Amino acid sequence: MNFDLTEERQMLQDTLRRFLRDRYDTATRNTILESDTGMSKEIWAELAELGVIGALFTEEQGGFGGKGFDIAVVFEELGRAGVVEPFLDTAVLGGGLVADLGDESQLALVEEVIGGTSQMAFAHGEPSSRYDLNRVQTTAKTEGDDIVLNGHKAVVVNAEAADHIVVSARESGDRDDEAGISLFLVPADTKGVTVQGYALLAGGRAAEVMLDDVRLPASARLGKAGEAYAAIEARIAAANVAQCAETLGAMETATHLTKDYLMTRKQFGRPIGTFQALAFRMSDLLIEMEQARSAVINAAGHLEGDRKTRESNISATKNLMGRAGRLVAEDSIQLHGGIAMTQEYELAHIAKRIVMADHRFGDTDHHLERFIALAAA
Amino acid sequence: MDLSYSDEEKAFREEVRTFLKEKLPKDLSDKVAGSDGDDLTKDDMERWHAILNEQGWLVPNWPKKFGGAEWNAVQRHIFEEEAAAANAPRIVPFGFSMLAPVLQKFGSQEQNDYWLPRMLNGDDWWCQGYSEPGAGSDLASLKTTAVKNEAGTHYVVNGQKTWTTLGQHANMIFCLVRTDKDVKQQEGISFLLIDMDTPGIEVRPIILLDGTHEVNEVWFTDVEVPVENLVGEENKGWTYAKYLLTHERTNIAGVGFSQAGLNTVKRLAKSEMAGGKPLIQNPHFAARVAQVEIDLKAMATTNLRIISKAAAGSAPGVEASMLKVKGTVIRQEINDLARRAVGSYAMPFASEAVEGSNAGLPDPLGAGPVAAKYFNNRKLSIFGGSNEIQRGIIAKVSMQG
Ligand SMILES: Cc1cc2nc3c(=O)[nH]c(=O)nc-3n(C[C@H](O)[C@H](O)[C@H](O)COP(=O)(O)OP(=O)(O)OC[C@H]3O[C@@H](n4cnc5c(N)ncnc54)[C@H](O)[C@@H]3O)c2cc1C
Ligand SMILES: Cc1cc2nc3c(=O)[nH]c(=O)nc-3n(C[C@H](O)[C@H](O)[C@H](O)COP(=O)(O)OP(=O)(O)OC[C@H]3O[C@@H](n4cnc5c(N)ncnc54)[C@H](O)[C@@H]3O)c2cc1C
Repeated sequence: MNFDLTEERQMLQDTLRRFLRDRYDTATRNTILESDTGMSKEIWAELAELGVIGALFTEEQGGFGGKGFDIAVVFEELGRAGVVEPFLDTAVLGGGLVADLGDESQLALVEEVIGGTSQMAFAHGEPSSRYDLNRVQTTAKTEGDDIVLNGHKAVVVNAEAADHIVVSARESGDRDDEAGISLFLVPADTKGVTVQGYALLAGGRAAEVMLDDVRLPASARLGKAGEAYAAIEARIAAANVAQCAETLGAMETATHLTKDYLMTRKQFGRPIGTFQALAFRMSDLLIEMEQARSAVINAAGHLEGDRKTRESNISATKNLMGRAGRLVAEDSIQLHGGIAMTQEYELAHIAKRIVMADHRFGDTDHHLERFIALAAA
Repeated sequence: MDLSYSDEEKAFREEVRTFLKEKLPKDLSDKVAGSDGDDLTKDDMERWHAILNEQGWLVPNWPKKFGGAEWNAVQRHIFEEEAAAANAPRIVPFGFSMLAPVLQKFGSQEQNDYWLPRMLNGDDWWCQGYSEPGAGSDLASLKTTAVKNEAGTHYVVNGQKTWTTLGQHANMIFCLVRTDKDVKQQEGISFLLIDMDTPGIEVRPIILLDGTHEVNEVWFTDVEVPVENLVGEENKGWTYAKYLLTHERTNIAGVGFSQAGLNTVKRLAKSEMAGGKPLIQNPHFAARVAQVEIDLKAMATTNLRIISKAAAGSAPGVEASMLKVKGTVIRQEINDLARRAVGSYAMPFASEAVEGSNAGLPDPLGAGPVAAKYFNNRKLSIFGGSNEIQRGIIAKVSMQG
C-alpha cells in the first residue's frame, strides 16, 4: 500500500494551493459571492490555465488525469479555499457526461470545457425526485427526426451560465425505472428552455429549468436511447468524490480557523483553548478529520472499481462526510462564539459549504439506506 | 400530581385561541410560518405588541400593579403554546421581559412610573448593551466606561458594545458600564439607561451568515447620560445583570417554538417524496422526528416544573441553565430536520435581507428559508450565556454546592 500522492498530483496540489492562497482570499470571495453571476470569469480562466479542468479528464478525452484521485486532489484544494466557481457542474458532470457518451461532433465541446471557454450544467433532479437517480418524469418524445422534451428540472446548479445543459429525460418505462432514461445535449438558448435563476445559500447560483416543448434534432442525444442510467450513476459517483473532497478541504479550513482561534481568543484571562471543555471538542474534530480523510480516500480509490464496490464506497463516504461535516461545521461555529455567525468571517462561508454539501447527490440518511441496500443486494 | 388541565385552564386555552383567531393578522402569521419571524419588520412587531397591549396580554409576566396580567406558570405555558401554534410573532423580549423585571425590582419609583408605560405604549424600543468585542462569555471584563462629569449631572460614556440585537430599531439601550476600575471586576459595573439619539452614539450593522441584519455594533464617544438614568446603586450593576440573565434564560427554552418547528417538519415531510413514498413514512426520517419529539415532550414538562417552582417564589437558578441547554439543543435539532426534509430545495438562498425579496424562489413545498433558519439558529447555543458556560454553572452549583 502507498498513501502518497504521485509526483504529478503533488505538483498540481502545490500549485493550486499556492494560487488560491494568493488569489482567492476572503475579500475576493465575498465580492464574487455578492456579484450577479456568483462567479469570477478571470479566476475561471486562470484556474483553467493552471490545469484544474484538464486534471478532471483522461488523456483520451483531452485531459491529463480523470481518475478518482485526480478529482480528489483538485476539489480538496477548491474546498480548502471555499471556491464557489462551478467546476463540479461544468467539468465533472456536464463535461464528464459528454466525454463519456458523446460522439465525435459532441466531443468538440469537451475541448472547450477543458480550455475554460465553455460552461455546462447537468439538469437531472426534479421537484419530486429528491435524491433518487432513477426517478425521471421529464419526457422525451420522438416526432419524426426530432425529439421533444417536456418537464421541470429542479435546483440545476450553474444553469444560467451554461452554454449547454445536459438534460435527462424518459423515453420509455415507468417513472422510477432505470431503463428508458436518455441524456440530451441542449444548447441553453434552445426555444422552450426557461431558466429561472436564484442565488444559493453557500454561494454560486442555480435555477429551475422548465422544458416546454423543447424541440431537438435526434443528434442531440448522448449515447443510446434509454440506456443512460449507468453513465449517470457513474458520473454522480465521480461528482460525489468531488463533493466529498471539497467538503474535506473545507473541513480542514474550518478546523484550522478554530484551532487558531482557540489559541488567540481570551476570556477569563486565558486563551479559551485552555478550557478542557473546548480542548476536548477540538480533539474530537481532529479525530473526525482523520476519519473524513480516510473516507475520501476510500471513495476516490474505488471510483474505477466495479459498480457494487464503487457505489458502496461512495455511499459510505457520503454518509460519513455528512455526519463528520455537520459536527465540524457546527462545533467550529460554537467554539468561535458570535464572531463565526457573521457573514464577513471566513468560517461562516466555509461552514455553509460543508453543511450544504449534504444536500447534493444524496444526504447522510439517503446514503446510509443506500449502503444497506447495496450490501443486501 | 395531576397532568391534566383543569376546567379553568381549558377555558383559558379557549380564550387564547379565540383571541388569536380573531386578532392575529394573517399577514403576520404568514411571515412567521417557516421562518420564526426573522423577516418581520419593526412595524410588524410593533403592530403585534399593540394588539396584545390592547388585550392586556403584552406583559403577562408583570405584576398587576404595573399593568401586567400576572398569569401563573400554567397560563403562560398555554399562551406560549397557542401563540406558537398560531404562528404569532414572538414578543421582543428586551424591554418587556428583561429590563422591566430589573426596573420593577431595583429601579426607583420615578423610573418605573416613567419607563414602564412608555414600554407598553410602544414609545420606546429597548435593546440590550451587555456584550463587547472583548467581553463575551467573560462579561464582567467589559470596558465601556462611564465617568461622572464635574457638575455631577451626567455620566460620560465611552466604548463599544456589540451583538446588539435589533439595535437598529431601538431608541433606548440598557447598558452595563464600568464606573470603577480599581476594584474587583464585578464590583465596578453599573446599569445605565441610554437614549440612543444622544450625540456620540453610532450604530453599525453586522450581517449574519444567513444574510439577515439582526445585530449591530454600538459605538459611544463622549455620550452624556443623565445621572437619573442609573438603575439602582452605582457599582451594583452586576447583581442586576445576573437577575436579568435568569429571565433571559427562561425565555430561551422556547418550547412553543420547538413545537411549531416540529409541526413544520412534519408538514414538509408529508409532501416531500423519498423513494416513491412521502418522506414521513421513511423509517429513518420518522425515527429521527420521533426521537426529538420524545425529547421535546419531556422538556415541555421540565419547563412547566421549573416555571411553577419559580412562580411559587424561588428564583430559577441552575434549572434555568438546564432549560437553556436542552431547549436550544432540541430546537437546533428540529432546524436540522427541517433542512433535511426539503432535500435539494434547502440550497437556495432565501434571505430577504440580501435578495430584496423572496419572489421568484422555487418553493414547491412551502418550505420557506429552512436552511437559512438552521444557520441563524446556531446563535441559540451561543447567546444568553453559551451552552458551555451553562454547563459550567450546572457543574459548579451541583458538585461544589
Ligand atoms: C480491564 C482493565 C485492564 C487493565 N489492565 C492493566 C494492565 O494490564 N496493567 C496496568 O498497569 N494497568 C491496567 N489497567 C489500569 C488502567 O490503565 C487504569 O484503569 C487507567 O489508567 C485509568 O486509571 P483509573 O482506573 O484509576 O481511573 P482514574 O485515573 O481515577 O480516572 C477516572 C476518570 O477520570 C478521568 N480523568 C482522570 N484524569 C483526568 C484528566 N486530567 N482530565 C480529564 N479526565 C481525567 C479518566 O479518564 C476517567 O474517566 C487496566 C484497567 C482495566 C479497566
Ligand atoms: C445572534 C446574536 C445575538 C446576540 N444578541 C445580544 C444582545 O442583544 N445583547 C448583548 O449584550 N449580547 C448579545 N449577544 C452576545 C452573546 O451574548 C455572546 O455572543 C455570548 O455571550 C458569547 O460571547 P462571545 O461571542 O464573545 O464568545 P466567547 O465568549 O469568545 O466564547 C467562544 C467560545 O468559548 C466558549 N467559552 C468561553 N469561556 C468558556 C469557559 N470558561 N468554559 C468553557 N467554554 C468557554 C464559549 O462557550 C464559546 O464556545 C448576541 C450574540 C449573537 C450571536
